[in-house]
Amino acid sequence: MSNTERKVVRVLVTYFTVMRGKILEWDIIEVLKSMGIILQRADMELAHTRERDRYTKHALTNTIKTARVNQVVSKLQRDKDHNCSCLVKIVNARLIRNHKIIDDDVLYLYNGKIIDPQTYFFTFGDLPDVVIDAKGLLVAPGFIDVQINGAFGVDFSQMQSEEKMRKGIDNVAKGLLKYGCTSFVPTIISSGIEVYQKVLPFLKPRKGNKTNGAEILGVHVEGPFIEPSKCGAHEESHLRSASGGFSDFVKVYGLNEGKDQKDQIVKIVTVAPEVEGVSDSLEDLVRAHITVSLGHSSATVAQAELAVEKGARFITHLFNAMQQFHHRDPGIIGLLGTKRVPRPYYGIICDGIHVHQNSIKMAYDSHPEGAVLVTDAMAAMGLPPGDYTLGDIPVRKIGDERVEVIDNGRLAGSVITIDACVRNFREFTGCSIIEAVEAATLHPAELLGIQNIKGTLNIGADADLVFLDDDLRVMRQCISNNNTKY
Amino acid sequence: MRLIIRQDYDQVSEYMASYIRDRIIEFNPTTNRPFVLGLPTGSSPVGVYKNLVKYHQNGQLSFKNVVTFNMDEYVGLPRDHPESYHSFMWHHLFKHIDILPQNVHILDGNADDLEEECRKYEEKIKSFGGVELFLGGIGPDGHIAFNEPANSRFFDGDISKVPRMALTVGVGTVMDSREVAIIITGAHKALALAKCIEEGVNHMWTVSAIQLHPKALIVCDEDATLELHVKTVKYFKSIDHVLHNLVGSENVGLQGRSLLIFI
Repeated sequence: MSNTERKVVRVLVTYFTVMRGKILEWDIIEVLKSMGIILQRADMELAHTRERDRYTKHALTNTIKTARVNQVVSKLQRDKDHNCSCLVKIVNARLIRNHKIIDDDVLYLYNGKIIDPQTYFFTFGDLPDVVIDAKGLLVAPGFIDVQINGAFGVDFSQMQSEEKMRKGIDNVAKGLLKYGCTSFVPTIISSGIEVYQKVLPFLKPRKGNKTNGAEILGVHVEGPFIEPSKCGAHEESHLRSASGGFSDFVKVYGLNEGKDQKDQIVKIVTVAPEVEGVSDSLEDLVRAHITVSLGHSSATVAQAELAVEKGARFITHLFNAMQQFHHRDPGIIGLLGTKRVPRPYYGIICDGIHVHQNSIKMAYDSHPEGAVLVTDAMAAMGLPPGDYTLGDIPVRKIGDERVEVIDNGRLAGSVITIDACVRNFREFTGCSIIEAVEAATLHPAELLGIQNIKGTLNIGADADLVFLDDDLRVMRQCISNNNTKY
Repeated sequence: MRLIIRQDYDQVSEYMASYIRDRIIEFNPTTNRPFVLGLPTGSSPVGVYKNLVKYHQNGQLSFKNVVTFNMDEYVGLPRDHPESYHSFMWHHLFKHIDILPQNVHILDGNADDLEEECRKYEEKIKSFGGVELFLGGIGPDGHIAFNEPANSRFFDGDISKVPRMALTVGVGTVMDSREVAIIITGAHKALALAKCIEEGVNHMWTVSAIQLHPKALIVCDEDATLELHVKTVKYFKSIDHVLHNLVGSENVGLQGRSLLIFI
C-alpha cells in the first residue's frame, strides 16, 4: 500500500467508526451527507498526489459508496419491516459512561439499541413513547458474567432431557436479570466428550430480551485440558492432555472450523499451558475466535508469559487453582507484574471466601484495568442451603455463602451473585463506583471484544441497563428495550 | 426600555428565567395559540436555560405549547457537531424539557440553498404570528445574533450580507418581536452596554437598535454597569426600587406597568 492509500484508508476508517452509531438511527440522509464529507476528505488527502494514484481514489470511493449505501438502505428497510419498537427516554439518571458519571444527559433507547438522542430529535421529530424517570439513580450498562456454572438448581455441565435443559437455561437467563446481569457466558467444567456434544448446542449465543432473559454470549469451557493437581472441584478422570494439538480441542468441544469459525459456540476456554500439547495449540485457538484463559494450572511465570505471547488474554479465577505466589517464580499470578507481554485480564471471585479481600486489593492495585468480576456460581446460587451437584460431583451448600465438595471439603464454586461481587469489590479495594461497575461491564466486554455493543452506554450499544443506588444495589433493569422492575 | 441591574450572573440568570416563566404562564399558551420564543446561544443564556430546566423539573413550567426559534447556526457544520447550535440547544435545553420536536426551529446551516433557507425561516416565524419574546445576549462588541459590526445591516435574510460562516436572523427580525429581552453580564461587556443605552442607535453596536423597541428589557449585572454614568445606573435602580418597594411587586405587571387603579 502506498503512503497515500494508507492515509485515505485511515481517514475513511475514522469516519466510519464515528458513523457506526449513527447508522443505527436509520438516518439515511445524515449518513449520505457524512459520506459526502468523507469523500471530500479523501479527495483532499489525494489532492497532492501523483497522477497514478488517481486509480486508488476512484476504486476506493466507488467501492465504499456502493457498499455503504447498500448497507444503509437494507438496514432502513429491515427496520421498517419490523416497526414494532417504541422509543424510550430515560431522564434524571446519572449515567456511567466513558469513565465518568454524567448527570446532565438523557438516554434514548430504540429497537434494543442506545441511539443518539439529538439526531433522533432533530431528524424524526417525534416524542418518546415512554419516559422513564430514573429519580437520580446511577444507570450503568448491564453486568456481564463470564464465568457461571449454573444457578437456580440448574447445572450447565449436567446432561438432562432436552426439555429440562431448555427450561433450565431459560430459568437461569431470566433469573439472572434481577441481579442486573444482562449477559453471561455459561461455563462448563471438565466433562466427557458426550457432555460437550450434547450440552453446547443448547447454549448457543442468543439475544437477550424479556422472553429469553439475559443474553447468552457463548460458552466458557473450563477444562478438560487442565493440570490434575490444580483441578479443584473438577472430576479428575475427565482431565486430558492435548497430545494431538489443536485437533484435540476441535474434537472434544466440536469446534467449528474454516468459514464457520466466527460463529463459535465456545467463546472462552480455560487451559493449563503446561499440559502437553496446549501451548502449541494456543495460536490456533485464538485464530478460531476463542478467548484463551489460563487457569487450573501450575504454570511457571515463564510458561504463563509464553502463553500470553501466544494470545492468552485472561486468567481464570485469579489465585484459585493455580500455583501460589512465590517471589522467585510468581507463576500465573506473576502476569500482573509482567512487562514483557501485555497484562491479561483476570477473573476474580469477590465472595470474600475464595479470595481474601487483601489479595483482591493487591490484584486490583497492581492492574486495575484488568479486573473482571466473575461469580463462578454453581447450581445452588439463588437456592436455600442443602445438597446439590457440580457436574457429577456431590456438593453441599452451607449457609448463604459457602459450597463444598462433600467428599473432601474443597471449595466447589461460589453462590454469590454478580451485583454482590460489584459491591464487595468496591468495599474490598476502596475503588470508585465507576471502577467497580466497569469491572463487571466494560472489562468483560473488552475481554470478549464486544465493547462496542456491551458493557458501555455509548451510542450504538445494546440497550442493556441496570439502575443502581449509591450502595450499588440493583433497583431496576432494562434489557433490549424491555423494562423490568423488581 | 427597562434596565434591571442584579448583583451577578447567577442573579441575572434567575431573574431572566423567572421572567420568561411568568410570561409563558401569563400568556397561557394552547396548541392553537402557542407562545413563540426566540432563543440565543453562547455563554450568556446558559444560566437562564439551567433555571428554565429547573422550573420544568419542578413542574412549574411546561413547554408543550411553546414554539422556539433560534437566532443563528453555522454554515456547513454538521448538525450534530458538538459546536453546532443544534448541539448547544439540545444539551442545554431541549433534552431536558417536554418541548415538541416539531416546535423547535433552528436554521439549517447545511441547506443547499441558504438564501431560500433564510427566506423560509422568516416566513415560518411569520406563520406563527411573529415572536412573542426574543431572548438575546450580546457580544463584547455589542452584536446581537450573528450581526457582528463589520457586517451589521438590517439584512433580514439577505444572503449577500450575512456573515460568511453563519446564518442568522437580522436585527430587523429581533426588532419585529413583540418583546426583546437581553442579558448582559461581565465587565468585558460594560462598554457595549454603555454604547447601547447611553448613545444613539448605531450600526457599530447593533444591539443599540432596541432603544427604538417599544418593549425592551435589559438585565445586566453590576460588572456590566462599569462604563455607565452613575446617573444612568441610579436612574434605573430607582425605577426598580420605586416599583417594587414603594408601589409593591404585587401591583406591578410583568412588563413593569402599574396594575394599580387610582381613584
